[in-house]
Order: sequence, then structure tokens, then C-alpha cells
Amino acid sequence: MKHLSEYRDEALTRQLLEQIHAVVTRPWTLMEVCGGQTHSLVKNGILKMLPEQITMVHGPGCPVCVTPIHIIDEAIALSQKPQVILCSFGDMLRVPGTKISLLEAKAGGADVRMVYSPLEAVKLAKENPDKEVVFFAVGFETTAPANALSVIQAAKQGVSNYSILASHVLVPPAMEAILADPETKVNAFLAAGHVCTIMGFNEYDPIAEKYKVPIVVTGFEPIDLLQGIYMAVKQLESGEAKVENQYIRYVQREGNLRAKEAIDEVFAVSDREWRGIGTIPHSGWEVNDDYARYDARKKFSLIAVASEDITTCIAGEIMKGKKKPFDCPHFGKGCTPEKPMGSPMVSSEGACAAYYHFSQAELLPA
Amino acid sequence: MSTPKLSVQLNCPLPKLDFDVITLGHGSGGVLTHRLLDTGVFSMLKNDLLNEQHDGAVVTFDGPVAFTTDSYVVTPIFFPGGNIGELAVNGSINDLAMCGAIPKYLSLSFILEEGLRMDEFWEVLLGIKKTSEEAGVPIVTGDTKVVERGKGDKVFINTTGLGRIHPKASIHANRVKDGDVILISGTVANHGVAILSVRQGLEFETTITSDTRPLHQPVLKLLDELGNAVKFLRDPTRGGVATVLNELAAQSGTGIEIFQRDIPISEQVEGACEMLGLDPLYVANEGIFITAVSPEKADNALNILQSFDSAAAILGRVVAEHPKQVILHSRIGGRRIVSMLPGEQLPRIC
Repeated sequence: MKHLSEYRDEALTRQLLEQIHAVVTRPWTLMEVCGGQTHSLVKNGILKMLPEQITMVHGPGCPVCVTPIHIIDEAIALSQKPQVILCSFGDMLRVPGTKISLLEAKAGGADVRMVYSPLEAVKLAKENPDKEVVFFAVGFETTAPANALSVIQAAKQGVSNYSILASHVLVPPAMEAILADPETKVNAFLAAGHVCTIMGFNEYDPIAEKYKVPIVVTGFEPIDLLQGIYMAVKQLESGEAKVENQYIRYVQREGNLRAKEAIDEVFAVSDREWRGIGTIPHSGWEVNDDYARYDARKKFSLIAVASEDITTCIAGEIMKGKKKPFDCPHFGKGCTPEKPMGSPMVSSEGACAAYYHFSQAELLPA
Repeated sequence: MSTPKLSVQLNCPLPKLDFDVITLGHGSGGVLTHRLLDTGVFSMLKNDLLNEQHDGAVVTFDGPVAFTTDSYVVTPIFFPGGNIGELAVNGSINDLAMCGAIPKYLSLSFILEEGLRMDEFWEVLLGIKKTSEEAGVPIVTGDTKVVERGKGDKVFINTTGLGRIHPKASIHANRVKDGDVILISGTVANHGVAILSVRQGLEFETTITSDTRPLHQPVLKLLDELGNAVKFLRDPTRGGVATVLNELAAQSGTGIEIFQRDIPISEQVEGACEMLGLDPLYVANEGIFITAVSPEKADNALNILQSFDSAAAILGRVVAEHPKQVILHSRIGGRRIVSMLPGEQLPRIC
């Protein structure tokens, strides 16, 4: 396919692998931040093609995985109000809350709908004026502009029966939290290409400098990932720690200014709890006071009840790069995509689901 | 929804019926039911056995018979490339063909929702008539029920099929051995993507159409010419190609390897799958099948399949390594497991 096949080229792959083999002399641990990158690494069989000195660990960049259980409980509680139509991206439906998942709430009679875009939810609100449509706005910086736009559009069109349950998380503070952990093994990051498409990469310079880690903004196709790995390893081998951009075909240093304007219009930075990691200061967005009437938490007076994560899921360790899915005693046994015990096994971007679907025995240590 | 665009010329125009919509009375078994059946179903699908209008059809077979049933709940009922009626006829014909059978007779059972527009019902019936006639497989018995509005979704259809096993057929997954060659009869993922393109809330402009079609002709030709060198036949409907290959690996106890670059897929479908985040190996098909044949007959099989569809291809081979696992060689030269589809990827696709 045009504009994709060149990034999935076998000859180029071999060439990049040779370059990586040639430059690496010592063991290094690289973290790919985004779950989409994890998925691509595993799906294309790249992990087994890399030199054994290079260990890839999988970062926190799976929005489904990091959404704390109490927010899922909030969404379920909302869905059970008779006047509410709860809209969500498909992946969130299967994530277990404290008692049930949204999919189980739907089976029990709640009006839960899967949508592909928040604008669809606004349309649904217009078509159902006697209902309250709530969009479960989960995601990183990547999905925030569209979610913000949905609120702006609803306001412009006078759609008052629309609101969002925001659970937005921000990547740079999470990367810093990982680096600040004294036990961290991460030597370099492949930063998430899509997030940087929106936000640019100015925010990474201070992190690279403070923690002396190379950060390479990287895309999602096999050639992108291999090139990103090569750039990061080359920096590590030569003792450098700077921010580089592999994903130049989409990412500019300043990011997408219009998208950032939409975000600034609707959201305000807040502290945010990350499932399995804990609360990270200034690591999320919530609907600001100007748009409070589109904030489902305020509209429905939801009270956040901290629910204890009672599962034995090691999501936190995995997302901090300390453990691999295979290190979990439940992987593939008690915990499978059909009956997930934790979120990394649910989402297509979750590290455990990626390992389960595409590798299983192949990646198991011998 | 706007009036569906009729995909076939109405050679029998919409009969004059007293109602514009299906009512509960049409399922009562009384006058309205008879009027609907006489002016509609029977006159359109007529054949000697159906004309008996008895409680069932009496048929005669020599030798082994394949017997299959399937229900169709696809939404929307009209989609690019077909409708639920065509799907229901082709579906049971294909299930019979995959058993190595010559499809002979079908039953047709409707569950209609009160309020279904009569012209929509008519369009579905026309699809059934056209498909069954073209395939040469008559509908010989059936049933019509109506449920209250909100208790169904326009039309649900069940078809059951009977077919005579081809004299040379020996289709058993456990006959598949190391060295056998796996072929696919056409491009993947068309049906699922076509349905998604018209799903509410996800409409996107495309010329992709469903691949719904009867598959018994290529299958019977394979059996006529290659006999028991054909060991496995299955159509990758729900769950897609990945699921069928996993079933084959599990049932035969062998390993399977396939090559990503050999998977036939149209550029449009591949693009749509990229956009929607779908793996085409898991997307439903309604007009292709996968077969495993002895290696010495692989080229003959490919020629036969390509005489029906030029996109037919050798997909991979059966190996002794990694028993019960399907391994895909990625385009860039990596290897990964192809697992079974967990849960439902896209509900109500057929």
C-alpha cells in the first residue's frame, strides 16, 4: 500500500538490523513509550530480530491500561442511570471495573454504545434530546484534541445534553516518573510518535538533559521502530543524551498548534492517578471551569471513590519497564484476553495482549 | 433509512399487498400469512417441492448426506454487494460445499420484526430468489414468524441445507499432514469491511463490496479433478482466516506457516483495515475458502482456483515444527504467532 509499504520493506529492514548490530557493543534497555509501538514490535516479529544486547521494555502508553479502576467504576455508574447513553471507544468496554465491565453493564440493560469518534456522540446527543449522552474520554494527548473539539462543537451548537467523562493522561510526566524511580532500568526512550504529532517535542529536552537519557521520537511501522532503535543505541554508545526526531514525516518540534489550541480551550492540567503506578502530579487533563457544564463529573455530581485495586495484576511493574508480561504468574493462565485480570491484557495496545496474541511460546524464555 | 436501491431488476414487481409493512398478523398463520406466502414467497421461489406447500419437503438421497444449519442476523440487512437474503442462501450452500457435498436443497425460515417495510422484505426475497436460482439449489420448505416491534431487528433468517457427499470427497482435518499445501480462493476481509462501511456511526465512502457468493462450483471442480488429494475445506467467515488456520492446526495436530506477502488482499480493503485498526486476518469473509491439498497437487489446485478467481493463491504450508501453532512470516522477515480471535471483533457481521 502506498506510503506504508516503504516502511515495511524487507531489504531496508535487513539493512537497519545490520546497522544496529554494528553499532551495539554493550547491553542497553530501551523503553518504547506507546502501546502502538509495542504492538507493532511484537506483531512484526521485531523483538526476536534485535541483537541480544538490546532489551525492549514496554512503556505506559496504553490509555486503557493506565485508566484507574475507580474511573471505570464511575463510567459504569453513569451508564446505569436510566437517562444516560454512555459512549466509549471499544477497548474500554471490556476492562473490568471493581465488580463488572461496561460490556457486562450493557448486557444488564445499560445503554452503552461503542463509537469511533466523540463527534459521533455529539450527533447522538442531538438525535436524542431527552437523553444525556456521556462520552468516556480516555486517552493520551493524541485523542485530546478530538475530545476537546466535541465539547467545543456541542457548545457552539447548543447541545446541552452532552458531556464527557475525562480521563486524559500526559506522557512526559509519566516518563519522568519512570526515570525518577531509582530502580529503573531504562537507558533510552522511543517517544510516542502520535503524541508528538500533537504536542511536538519541546517538553522532552529538559527530561533528556536532567536524566541523561536519549529520547527519540519514533513512529509505528517496522522501519520507523528499527530506525528509532538505531538512533537511540547510537546515542547511548557514544555517550550522548539528546532529543531526536525519527518521525519527521509527521512530527514537528512545535507540534500541531491548532490541536493544542483546542486542548487549551477545554482542558486544564491536573494531578492524575495511573493504574498500577499511582498518582503523578500534573499528569492529566480535566475539563476546565469555562466548560464545566460539559464535565460529566460535575453534571452528575460524581464523587470519586478510591477503589482498591484488588487484583494481583502486575500492570504497574510492566508499565514501568521493571517486568515483562511473561514474568507474571497469571499470564496466559488465569489471565487471558477472554478473561482479563488486568487492563494490559484487554487493550490491543496492552503489552500483555500483544504478547499473548503474537508471541506466546515463541518469546517465552528457553 | 432511505429506500434500498434494488440490486436486481424486478422481473416480478412488488405484488399488490394490503399493507406497506409487516404486521403481527402476517405471522398469525391465518389469512394474512397465507396471502403473504401465496403472493410473495411461494410465487417467487416456486419449485415442485415447495409448491406442495406441505409441512415439510420429502426428498430422496443415495449414500451419505451433509446436513447444515445457520442463522443470519447481519446489520444492516442491506450492505454493499448484497443483502441478508443472499447471505443466508450462500452461507448454507457454502457450509455444505465445505463438507465436500453437492448442495441439493435449502430450507428458509424468517423471523420478521413487526413494522418491516414490505419493499425491504421484497428486496430480501428477490436476493434469495436470484442467489438460489443462480446456484441451482432450490428452497423446498420454510417458515415465517413475526415478532413485536423492538423484539427483533427487521429480519432474521435461518437456512438449513442438505447435500450429497461428492463421491471422491474425503474432507477431514486429521488427514492433513506435514508437507501439505494451504491455498486460499480469493482476497480476504471484503465482507467485514463492506459491512463496517455502512454501520451506523461509521459510514465511510468506499467501493468495497461484500464477497458473498456460492463456493460449491470451485469446490466440486477441485474434488472432481483432485479427489482425495483435497483434505481440508473451510470458509473463513466469522473469525476470519486466522481462526480457520488455528482450527486446522488444532484438529490436525500439525504446525502451519503462512507468509504475509502471499495473503491476497485488495489495496482498498488493506487501507480500510489500517484506518480502522483491524487485522485483515480476523475480518469476516463470505465468499472465499481455504483448502489443504497434497503437495504434488498444489499447482493443479491453484490453477483450478484461479480459473474461478484470479486472486486465488498459495497461502502457506503444513509443517512438522510448532505443532498446533500458526506462524506468520511478516513482510519484513520477522515471525510471529497468529492466535485465535478472542471474543467478538465485530458483532453481527453475518
